[in-house]
Amino acid sequence: MAKMILMNMMTLPPDLALISALQSKLVAALRPILPEHALLWAPEDTIPYECDGLAAYKRMPLAVALPETEEQVAQILKICFEMQIPVVPRGSGTGLSGGAMPISQGLVLSLAKLKKIISIDPFTRTAVVQPGVRNLAISEAVSHLGLYYAPDPSSQIACSIGGNVNENSGGVHCLKYGLTLHNVLRIRGVLMNGEVVEFGSLAPDSPGLDLLAIVIGSEGMLAVVTEVTVKLIAKPKMARVIMASFDDIEKGGNAVAAIIAAGIIPAGLEMMDQATTRAVEEFVNAGYDLEAVAILLCESDGTPEEVAEEIERMTKVLEQSGASGIRISKDETERLKFWSGRKNAFPAAGRIAADYYCMDGTIPRRHIATLLKRIKAMEKKYSLGCLNVFHAGDGNMHPLILFNGGDPDEWHRAEEFGTEILETCVELGGTITGEHGVGIEKINSMCVQFGKEEIESFWGVKAAFDPEKLLNPDKGIPTLSRCAEYGRMRISGGQLPHPELERF
Amino acid sequence: MLGSNIDPKIDAFREQILHAAKNKTPLSIEGGGTKSWYGNTNTHSKIDTRAYSGILEYQPEELVITACAGTPLKEIEAALKDKNQVLAFEPPHFGEYATFGGAIAAGLAGPGRISAGNFRDFVLGTRILDGKGQDLSFGGKVMKNVAGYDVSRLLPGSMGTLALLLEASLKVLPKPAGTATLRCQISQEKALHILNEWAGQPLPLSASCWIGNPHEEGQLTIRLAGAIAAIKAAIPLMSASVDASEVDPQSAEIFWNNLREHQLPSFENLAADQTLYRLALPAACGSLTIPGGDNEIILEWHGQQRWIKAPGDEATFNLIKQLTSSHGGHVTRFKQGANVNSAFERFTLLREQKHSKALEAVQERLRSAFDPYGVFATKRLP
Repeated sequence: MAKMILMNMMTLPPDLALISALQSKLVAALRPILPEHALLWAPEDTIPYECDGLAAYKRMPLAVALPETEEQVAQILKICFEMQIPVVPRGSGTGLSGGAMPISQGLVLSLAKLKKIISIDPFTRTAVVQPGVRNLAISEAVSHLGLYYAPDPSSQIACSIGGNVNENSGGVHCLKYGLTLHNVLRIRGVLMNGEVVEFGSLAPDSPGLDLLAIVIGSEGMLAVVTEVTVKLIAKPKMARVIMASFDDIEKGGNAVAAIIAAGIIPAGLEMMDQATTRAVEEFVNAGYDLEAVAILLCESDGTPEEVAEEIERMTKVLEQSGASGIRISKDETERLKFWSGRKNAFPAAGRIAADYYCMDGTIPRRHIATLLKRIKAMEKKYSLGCLNVFHAGDGNMHPLILFNGGDPDEWHRAEEFGTEILETCVELGGTITGEHGVGIEKINSMCVQFGKEEIESFWGVKAAFDPEKLLNPDKGIPTLSRCAEYGRMRISGGQLPHPELERF
Repeated sequence: MLGSNIDPKIDAFREQILHAAKNKTPLSIEGGGTKSWYGNTNTHSKIDTRAYSGILEYQPEELVITACAGTPLKEIEAALKDKNQVLAFEPPHFGEYATFGGAIAAGLAGPGRISAGNFRDFVLGTRILDGKGQDLSFGGKVMKNVAGYDVSRLLPGSMGTLALLLEASLKVLPKPAGTATLRCQISQEKALHILNEWAGQPLPLSASCWIGNPHEEGQLTIRLAGAIAAIKAAIPLMSASVDASEVDPQSAEIFWNNLREHQLPSFENLAADQTLYRLALPAACGSLTIPGGDNEIILEWHGQQRWIKAPGDEATFNLIKQLTSSHGGHVTRFKQGANVNSAFERFTLLREQKHSKALEAVQERLRSAFDPYGVFATKRLP
């Protein structure tokens, strides 16, 4: 994407001479503690780190450190603490909110080299892993024991467990099996001042306040993760998926609510709109019903008896909800085929448009149809297309706004489009981000979701862990002056600002 | 965001908080008083949450309930029962007048915790008054929400030492389609082993309880919950491996409820110089011997929560603390006998745990961020 966003408008343009001097000082300080290959500062070496999965937001750091041990992590942080240099932790760089975007006068701390699975204990169903271990690698390593690690974000082939912890990642199965928060028992990490600490434990709870719960999802702003103990669970014996077509978006949305109301928690409950099924069908040939306005994928897993019972119950509910077509996967091959479209929605979007901008709002399930209708209207307003795929079971939407990044006006419209979607999510009682994090991308939208007092409290939490505000300080939580500048601060009482404005 | 209403009751709370802030007199938050014996003793003046009561929003198909802190817990459970839903972690009431807010502040969970998750796992959002009397909302009413730090999940188990909880939204779950309870006689070692083995298999194991003398055979009771077909398939399989028989549904329900509410005979008759200790331990921890401990002990959560009656003195507490710490767990003086010094510290401290000393300063700064004047500094939780 060509367009550069001036996210640091409030800071002065960096003085090149000053940056170069700071860089020399930092490199000189870090060199004695790191092997030569573990410290990068030449632009040709650091350029791969200028952005994460959200490529529209870029910046070059002073340097990139790639420690190989926890001790090196602690030493790096201590040095940066003493030099008052901000640090941006980074995992695999697959994040979609710019949470790992460098700071011009800061260091990028990559945990990619800490990628050992330290231990696996089938008896207690736990694994101890370093932060750079890929999400899927954990499940692969314990598969022969009949176990797996449940959270499965769509980037699971590449994303790291350290990144998952920092984003509280979910995935398609989290309605039944929970988020990262529900599947991590203990985190070992380093505070900005270099102190090594442990949050949580292998016991069911720990003394004092539940700090583990606040560190998970903190977007690298509270501590640097060096070790994670994850919970493993028994692999279900089998899974089957129902693919239901709907000729009306409202009926599809109501079917989602009806399944939950019937007392069923499906292993997965995903929805795609017609624009998406048409885009992906060409790509994967999954046999989707192209006439359907919406397609629901409902998965059941467990023992064969359990699955048979649940599939029957879900089929009944879907029929009663007015599904125009129902197909049930016959075998594992067909199940994977049904899922292939959903899993390939992002690449398919990349095929039909030059660029796409992925949103991540969450809303109460009952408003799914309302939001989709509003997005339809926004497509006209901004003259841009949008594919809608989402985790319907938990109301987490991923509208993919299609645009051409080569055209600055299109990117500008895409951004405005996205912002309006997020504000609509807040208005419908939801949130601006379900699982991708605030990062740098949604920092202005935080001013819409929270009031001044809440934002001040967040800064209080930040300072409790990192009093000098050096750890990823420009992400996640906006400064109040930034909110004032943005001019969309939420009015206390939960109302959106400017209620007089038309909101489709 | 939760409630946005302006309520005179909240104004009254705020006034009490501001008054306490000015006079530097901490406030002890209390609901129905059913758990007033839990945590460090405090004699500070009370702030009563019961005036702020009621279910604010409950939509079964959203799997979320939002209620005021002063709402009776039984009112919430009755509303859920009506729609065939439950609080899957089964918080204990410990009395008829337990409130929603009190249950959250205590953060305790019942037999279902081992399969369903902890109290905080179910907290989606909260509305609080901080120590400056500010009305703050965190989290929300949706399952997935990563906007801002997850402050709401700090509330369960904070025992009123962080902020005054006004409202909370909890995730609820459908009542399992079927349940069954099995019982057998088995030694503690064998019970710990088989429970962990089962937990690693795709079986509908929902709760467990072993009661007995540490070195003899005891009574193992297990609960299965889930799809009816899954339970039917699991019963013969599990029964065969431990020679168990099925408990009739009515007796089973009474048993699990009595366990949850500490009304089993094994919890009763705490001697005047004894303490009921709660041990929280990793799954790997085998059977433990507590010197001077009563013969009968209770194991829940596949051995991860253990209840032991033993002398209430400092020496015994320290010994159990060392023992649990060496296994990676911790201990709480849960309930004290009449003659045990009520000034004793009830909890394991952060600095007594491995790699946690630096967290004491973090915790202190965190508390002062929400409560700079010490309005909630009752030390009920250290």
